[in-house]
Amino acid sequence: MPSSTDRKAMDWRYFRRRAVNIVNLSGSVFATLFGLIWLFWILWTTFSAGIAAFDMSLFQQDTPAPGSEGGLANAIIGSLIMVGLATVIGTPIGILAGTYLAEYGKKTRVAGFIRFINDILLSAPSIIIGLFVYEIVVLQVGHFSALAGALALAVIMLPVIIRTTEEMLRLVPNPLREAALALGAPRWKMISLVAYRAAMSGILTGILLSVARIAGETAPLLFTALNNQFWSTDLTQPMANLPVVIFQFAMSPYESWHALAWAGSLLITLSVLALSILARVFLRKARMEH
Amino acid sequence: MSNLPASNNVTSKLQVRDLNFYYGKFHALKNIQLDVASHRVTAFIGPSGCGKSTLLRAFNRMYELYPGQHATGEIILDGENILSPRTDLFRLRARVGMVFQKPTPFPMSIYENIAFGVRLYEKLGKSAMDERVESALQQAALWGEVKDKLRQSGMSLSGGQQQRLCIARAIAVSPEVVLLDEPASALDPISTLKIEELIYELKKNYTLVIVTHNMQQAARVSDYTAFMYLGELVEFGNTNQIFTNPSKKQTEDYITGRYG
Repeated sequence: MPSSTDRKAMDWRYFRRRAVNIVNLSGSVFATLFGLIWLFWILWTTFSAGIAAFDMSLFQQDTPAPGSEGGLANAIIGSLIMVGLATVIGTPIGILAGTYLAEYGKKTRVAGFIRFINDILLSAPSIIIGLFVYEIVVLQVGHFSALAGALALAVIMLPVIIRTTEEMLRLVPNPLREAALALGAPRWKMISLVAYRAAMSGILTGILLSVARIAGETAPLLFTALNNQFWSTDLTQPMANLPVVIFQFAMSPYESWHALAWAGSLLITLSVLALSILARVFLRKARMEH
Repeated sequence: MSNLPASNNVTSKLQVRDLNFYYGKFHALKNIQLDVASHRVTAFIGPSGCGKSTLLRAFNRMYELYPGQHATGEIILDGENILSPRTDLFRLRARVGMVFQKPTPFPMSIYENIAFGVRLYEKLGKSAMDERVESALQQAALWGEVKDKLRQSGMSLSGGQQQRLCIARAIAVSPEVVLLDEPASALDPISTLKIEELIYELKKNYTLVIVTHNMQQAARVSDYTAFMYLGELVEFGNTNQIFTNPSKKQTEDYITGRYG
């Protein structure tokens, strides 16, 4: 039997442990709430202000002249074209580069160097990439163009796709590769028919996340595609796009432009949300396969 | 010691001569001499790290995937040295199939798993391919369990079924030799038993080499057993003789459980 002084000491220790637990728990809950409040505030403002300007004319009319009514049709189609084109340019290059790193380069010096450069590109501010494309495309051609915009966006998504493709291929268990090669399959068949299939959901997730990443990029487009007040699908000409329109309209003194800027913000937010949900679904599938 | 024990009209399929194997500077196999009998089961036993899997992986040159690993000496398959740089690796691997420790179904349907290998070598019409898939699954004693779900993912099968699928996939390309690298060590006892029965059936058509940690398994399924220790082939002979009357003290110590 423990003596009564022992018991008192135990009670005290138990009490202290519980007190420390409560302090830590409330501290971390508070920190989490503090972070979430801003997020929900932003979402709430975007939704409430965006919904007000949300109607069919948004998709039917082009961006209006100062002070008059209109929609975002040209900016929406412009964003779709440029993000789509960037994906078409960036995805194959990114997947091939990621494949090189995971399947061929592995631990070689060249691969290590590429990985290092890729990590730098991954964290490079997008405005620098915009300036770079401005320098090598816009200045050479002499004017802004949708093509330059798509190129800048492709450069931004490239490192994300390279990174995720490599990581996802590295999750593919090695015996699976050996099994394909042991059947006498050449390496490229092993990669394209077995490894890609095993890593497919993960690679798709990477592409979706990179699309989400460029959907709201403004800085690189300011230097490349600029903007266009009219409907245009000509890739060699400046093209309207949501981020730059939002930037321009939000800074203006006109009430109707403000409303459109909010509606555009809501559109981008919703598409990024949809992409993220889709990416999560794929990622869950990828996890279950391993 | 190196040659097949004299017995009733057995021909040797693979002859290993002066085989040395290196992982970088580490000398993993030392002067191995060994004959693998045609249409028989040869088992490699020995403690972890003794080189039995290394030896197995030399038979289809799986080690070539990894820089720094290399072999010297000869492994002769039907009179042809497969370690020669002139050997066509793809043809070699068509002749020498392999099944791994953990089941490795490809992320595709059961049917496609088997068709994958066949398509590497032959262009078959739909009905010919159907027949080939069925015959491979029959031989692997899996047909009855999967014939109604050939379009389902190979990964949806149980571990034992997956392993039999991998065996079916290996034999669908009609190899001459099938290498089994601890094929049952990740399976439950009932699945293990099925694999062992299968091995017994398969030797009618194929030459089998199995690496196993499990001595009882070697005793049950194999005709010849090689005991390896620290990269050397200590003893090789009839399975019966190795397990009942080993000639080396080391072999006896291992099979009686004194080490390993």
